[in-house]
Amino acid sequence: MIVGKQKSISEIKSIIAPFKKVLILGCGTCVKTCFAGGEDEVSVLASALRLACKMDGKDIEIEEFTVERQCENEFIQEGAPAIARNEGVLSLACGAGVQAVARRFARTPVLPGVNTTFIGVLETQGVFTEECAGCGDCKLAVFGGICPVTRCAKKLLNGPCGGSQNGKCEVNPETDCAWQLIIDRLRILGQMDNLRIYVAPKNWQTSLSGGPRKMVREDHMI
Amino acid sequence: MSEKPISRLQVILSKGEFAVTAECGPPRGANSKVVRNKGELLNGYVDAVNVTDNQTAIVRMSSIAACTHLLHMGLEPVMQMVVRDRNRIALQSDIMGAYSLGIRNILCLSGDHQSFGSQPDALNVFDIDSMNLIRTVQTMRDEGKDMSGFELNDPPRMFIGAAANPFADPFEYRVIRLAKKIDAGADFIQTQCIYNMARFKEWMKMAREEGLTEKVHILGGVTPLKSAGMAKFMNNKVAGMDVPDALIKRMAGVPKEKAVEEGIKICLETIAELRDINGVHGVHIMAIEWEDIVSEIVKAAGLTPRP
Repeated sequence: MIVGKQKSISEIKSIIAPFKKVLILGCGTCVKTCFAGGEDEVSVLASALRLACKMDGKDIEIEEFTVERQCENEFIQEGAPAIARNEGVLSLACGAGVQAVARRFARTPVLPGVNTTFIGVLETQGVFTEECAGCGDCKLAVFGGICPVTRCAKKLLNGPCGGSQNGKCEVNPETDCAWQLIIDRLRILGQMDNLRIYVAPKNWQTSLSGGPRKMVREDHMI
Repeated sequence: MSEKPISRLQVILSKGEFAVTAECGPPRGANSKVVRNKGELLNGYVDAVNVTDNQTAIVRMSSIAACTHLLHMGLEPVMQMVVRDRNRIALQSDIMGAYSLGIRNILCLSGDHQSFGSQPDALNVFDIDSMNLIRTVQTMRDEGKDMSGFELNDPPRMFIGAAANPFADPFEYRVIRLAKKIDAGADFIQTQCIYNMARFKEWMKMAREEGLTEKVHILGGVTPLKSAGMAKFMNNKVAGMDVPDALIKRMAGVPKEKAVEEGIKICLETIAELRDINGVHGVHIMAIEWEDIVSEIVKAAGLTPRP
């Protein structure tokens, strides 16, 4: 899923400062799962903002609405009447959702209320970890199912750096060394020989480095 | 590798002499005099001088420029090159540029992560890793081609170095990594600072068993300790560094004014032990911002005069 984190109240306040009528638009998919922008978060944020603005002596009307997915027009459309009633939209979707809404409603300012952080997994309840960089050329088969491009701070493809200690990364002792995980997994899989393979420089053309990507599925086009 | 020697360091190592290298960190500024002063302190006592590449991710004068200042003084530099700050286009370009200036040794490194430096908000690159960089320099030298396969006009011919840290985890992988670096094209290896001699010897034994010491010149890294505090700091705060308790206690056991002397003594004992280890072909002295101590250590270790 896409994992995001709601911006601070103070940043959100300054983002919506020019407006008197604001819609907080939630998204019921990824950001709901990571507690950043689902219906519940929309409601809590709206109350907090109303209170904060009242204390500041600022007159503001805040409306709440949540669609199933902000990255698809079909769902965005459901929010159209609420969007039309307001001067601005504070979207709690990921960056893609914010832009999709902005594209659909070209005359309405659509503002981000969430920092989109990564593609990750729910490790345990309340803990999310980044596991995929969306590089467009998946090599997980060689690395025992653990991605060094995403999970090694130096994107090392040919083994751990000199800073791997007790299974942890030198950059952050809270982070597992991706290469320790890879080696442990390859041992279990009986694929330790993979460690001796020279991994050639990665082709980044399929990543964001090659420019914004587009995928066309002609078999699904109408 | 082609027959004609590339660098003095290569000649010394291939003759079977015990090589001595040291380190010179470029200044946080544009004053070449700082580099030359450090060069003066090392001149005549070492076979080559490693010039760091924005070490600990702190912005300094470029390694290529500082190497060039040393070259002008008659010193032989080892240009350190990290893959943290430059993509493959810039790396290859700088290798060619460095060669055109007379630089003949390179040490290929990943580089300290930018979060440890003074500008942690920087974007890191890591387009290729240190293993890929070693292979790139080797391909340029032995096949005369860049990474695209383009045949270069007068390709750079570098004597290729790589780093090894026998003290990092997972230990059993460290020799496999060494083997990979040799296969990728490393001619010489400079190790992380050795304080845990037992572990270093174990790693060397594994390297010998794999026949690796026949294929590469290993230079053991040493850093003289200045105080018990420094020993503790290195053990606790520097990732991949292993200073055994016994050594910390030994440093703490002498009066403060004798600590430097004790640190040098330990360093000399380490060098003496290294010289007896089969497969160790030299010592790399990393006296960080303490270049004036290198000549004393080299002399006391009986490693003068240099060839």
